[in-house]
Amino acid sequence: MELYRGTIHELHEKLVKKEISSVELTNNVYDRIAAVEDKVKAYITLDKENALAQAAKVDEKIAKGEAIKPLAGIPGAIKDNISTKGLKTTCASHMLENFIPIYDAHVIENLRKDDTIFLGKTNMDEFAMGSTTETSYMQVTHNPWNLDRVPGGSSGGSAAAIAAGETIWALGSDTGGSIRQPASFNGCVGIKPTYGRVSRYGCVAFASSLDQIGPITRDVTDAALVLNNICGLDPHDSTSLPAEVPDFTKALRQDVKGLKIGIPKEYYGDGIDAKVKEQIHLAIEKYKELGAEIVGISLPHTEYAVITYYIIAPAEASANLARFDGVRYGYRNKQATSAPEMTTASRTEGFGAEVRRRIMLGTYVLSSGYYDAYYNKAMQIRTLIRNDFTEAFKKCDVLLTPTSPVVAYPVDGKMDPLTIYMLDVTTIPVNMAGLPGISIPCGFADGMPVGMQLIGKVLDEETILRAAYTFEQATEFHKQVAALGGK
Amino acid sequence: MTEYTTVVGLEVHAELKTKSKAFCSCSTAFGSEPNTHVCPVCLGMPGALPVMNKEVVEFALRFGLAVNCDIQKYSKYDRKNYFYPDLSKNYQISQLYQPICLGGHLDIQVDGKTKRIGITRIHMEEDAGKLVHSGATISTSDSSAVDYNRAGVPLIEIVSEPDMRNATEARAYMEKLKSYLEYTDVCDCKMQEGSLRCDANISVMPEGAKEFGTRAEIKNLNSFRALERAIDYEVQRQIELIEDGGHVVQETRTWDDAQGMTFSMRSKEEAHDYRYFPEPDLVPIILDDAWIERSRKSLPELPDARKARLMKDKGLQEYDAELIVSSKKMANYFDAAAAESTDAKGVANWMLGDVSAYLNNEGVEIDKFPISPKHLGEMVNLINKGVLSSKLAKKVFAEMLKADKAPAALVKELGLEQVSDTGALQAMVDEVVAANPQSVADFKAGKDRAVGFLVGQIMKKSRGKANPSMVNEMIVKKLKE
Amino acid sequence: MKVTVKDVKHIANLSRLTVSEHEIEKFTEQFNQILDYADILQKVDTTGIEPTPYVLPLSNVLREDVAVQGVSHEEALKNAPEVHNGGFKVPRVLE
Repeated sequence: MELYRGTIHELHEKLVKKEISSVELTNNVYDRIAAVEDKVKAYITLDKENALAQAAKVDEKIAKGEAIKPLAGIPGAIKDNISTKGLKTTCASHMLENFIPIYDAHVIENLRKDDTIFLGKTNMDEFAMGSTTETSYMQVTHNPWNLDRVPGGSSGGSAAAIAAGETIWALGSDTGGSIRQPASFNGCVGIKPTYGRVSRYGCVAFASSLDQIGPITRDVTDAALVLNNICGLDPHDSTSLPAEVPDFTKALRQDVKGLKIGIPKEYYGDGIDAKVKEQIHLAIEKYKELGAEIVGISLPHTEYAVITYYIIAPAEASANLARFDGVRYGYRNKQATSAPEMTTASRTEGFGAEVRRRIMLGTYVLSSGYYDAYYNKAMQIRTLIRNDFTEAFKKCDVLLTPTSPVVAYPVDGKMDPLTIYMLDVTTIPVNMAGLPGISIPCGFADGMPVGMQLIGKVLDEETILRAAYTFEQATEFHKQVAALGGK
Repeated sequence: MTEYTTVVGLEVHAELKTKSKAFCSCSTAFGSEPNTHVCPVCLGMPGALPVMNKEVVEFALRFGLAVNCDIQKYSKYDRKNYFYPDLSKNYQISQLYQPICLGGHLDIQVDGKTKRIGITRIHMEEDAGKLVHSGATISTSDSSAVDYNRAGVPLIEIVSEPDMRNATEARAYMEKLKSYLEYTDVCDCKMQEGSLRCDANISVMPEGAKEFGTRAEIKNLNSFRALERAIDYEVQRQIELIEDGGHVVQETRTWDDAQGMTFSMRSKEEAHDYRYFPEPDLVPIILDDAWIERSRKSLPELPDARKARLMKDKGLQEYDAELIVSSKKMANYFDAAAAESTDAKGVANWMLGDVSAYLNNEGVEIDKFPISPKHLGEMVNLINKGVLSSKLAKKVFAEMLKADKAPAALVKELGLEQVSDTGALQAMVDEVVAANPQSVADFKAGKDRAVGFLVGQIMKKSRGKANPSMVNEMIVKKLKE
Repeated sequence: MKVTVKDVKHIANLSRLTVSEHEIEKFTEQFNQILDYADILQKVDTTGIEPTPYVLPLSNVLREDVAVQGVSHEEALKNAPEVHNGGFKVPRVLE
């Protein structure tokens, strides 16, 4: 098996045993990138020189016999909305095409401390607004399982890189499903932690009360290893939870006996593709085989989640993106002769259509006369959605749903915005309630990966990791490899 | 001829004198090179997040308690959204829906009467950066340069009820507010540096009307004097407008101090729609009774309480006491001077008279006053003991301004001791009476003025040192002989 | 029809954006589609329900009042489109 197909835990073993070096591993992945990137287009920026220099440092440490952390010397890819000091961070937008951050995101600081390797920055939907990575200003990323299909979004670049063997692990961000959905479209693991588990400092804000950074990896063990590093209180983020971070790898036991798995009926309606539903039902059967107890659940306010999200998220985004005005950084229209004109021209030319649409929608729902009918109402319904989950978790330990109603669909399907928005119906409620959610591969439909989502209680990543790990170890889906360019 | 009632409400922004900014740890120091006290947070860089400064909450709480507010145990932040180059995120973190304080008041003295001015609310927010224009004014500039050193400096906004009825009341309120900000040590109140700013909401209504008229907001008031002038001008402008059949428009106007007029600032756009919504990057502030009590206990003696004490313990008149306590430094100086003297009122008179005149002329505050409080107190004592006449005290005072020597020493050095020795005085009286027979005759003819003339002669002869009241008495006695 | 082309232009103005003539019709249509769908929210009875501005039960996240040097002057201006006398240069501030 090629090194670039390895997992963090396998490769860590090899490094420690000195079977491979970090430089060798890193070069191996870069070679793979060179071979397939023109087809996949997962990366916006590659940072080979720095990556190899860092790899050499890790090799030195190993040679000296120093102990190294699990992520040390293992190359990963970072979604391009996470601030990396000195390395271009574009958010896949013309607005930040040449922007070089002056500070590291908290998670990047943490990862540097563990001597990990950053291969580069991955493609995404512009400012994380989208579900297909098609709204990127730079390029369209292609799904390694079928190059005519989308990789999902907004963390499509990171997920595609995993599937294509162009990275060992990756970071994405998730506001309404942007880690989980691309993970499901690409047959890999993606986890959105409990809101507040991972610091948002340095993650370019889309919707502040919904955003979370999380890992996209080949298997559940790798996801736990990355979580161990990136979770934890950050004094720079006021919404960062002081909760203790357990060693998530300790949750990785094959044991779901007596685990109560809730099946929320609203997630299995007509909007879910029949073939996807079939795979999920097979997964449910598998869990029964493994000893879990299946419980019927209702989350009655599910039907309001999408529109509530598309009021709250754009509202917060409209304010979060106001800072992009051509004054301190970013794209500036230099022809304008007044500051208001300059700001309007810079924003209009710097932002793509989807971003502009959401900013205006957000401005509208917050504007005078509409605040009560839209924003305030949406905040009330958010409370009801959270209450639904609280009630449900009295009867079960985790919830199981399809990650997405569909598998990856064709690039440039020319769907109207609302139709695309509605496909987030299964992932959005998890962000609304601030709960942890994981997507793992659980089957195929029409040759494309199908993902299963497990939703946990607040701060209970351990139970969903355990449930995911048990299923993973009892099946072979995580070992399937995208046909792109041969195995 | 319709009579009009003026209605004034004031919105005051006070910069809090914390060491670091409201939402980041950058220094709040004033006057540094542009963009040298900045970080990703106050620059509004992508991905940056705010973290609340504890001292800002403490200061807001302390001040709110000092001005009798109803402290809100639960308060939170909101975003106020508008675009302007000095606002690094193009929203200001403020508190609209649930501010930290509601419902307070301050008492002012107007024409010897006490009037209570209500305070509607106090909330915390952040300051914006500074624009340096390429031309003389904002309207004559082709470009500007933005300095974000001030961006994120903590402010409290103090909104008064529309309880003031003229410029004098407005000024009295501002002075009272300033003294409370000083005493609680939350703001250095330097209007010229911009740490204390005031906007005025002004309207007029026919006397006896039940509803207020439309108000205009006046900005760019850089001194208390400007505030008074602007109110007077704006009231006149509004009345004239109404009498001419026009309507007052609700708008923002700027005060032009040089021209002594207000001008409309309204651009072609409609009034701002700030689209306030709860700030998702910050969490609520919950104050418990223990915190509030601790803060209340830490309050110093406040101006009104100090005034009452001076009136009671030192026998000062309300008007004088009010003036003395209006500045903490003045009040402290007074305490120190009065401690040296048995005559608190005398000290107060000197402070409100000659001392204040000096400070106004030189444009300095009392901490730069050359005479120490000890020496002022001693000088008052010398006057009361009859060693120094009040007239000659002015000479001593002038000398002490040059070099802060002890007044007793100066009196000796300059030979200014008042002569109160009966023997010496009698000799002078006898001499002067003998030398002025016409005055004697005038007196005997009923012209009391003659006494004054003779006293004047003795004062001249003694170079002011004779005790005037004793001399007067003795002359009258001599003349009656 | 919840919003007209005129409304969309006003919102764009508030957001410091312009919508081109050839985009405006489509934008307005898409806007309306979304807002029409938002009508379903009015069906939900939310009497007595507290809005959720905060997902977390956190409060009083405060830091000590200590001044720390932020970024250097050079770093602050590193991405500036135009600089003048150490400040971020912008064209005429008024319209």
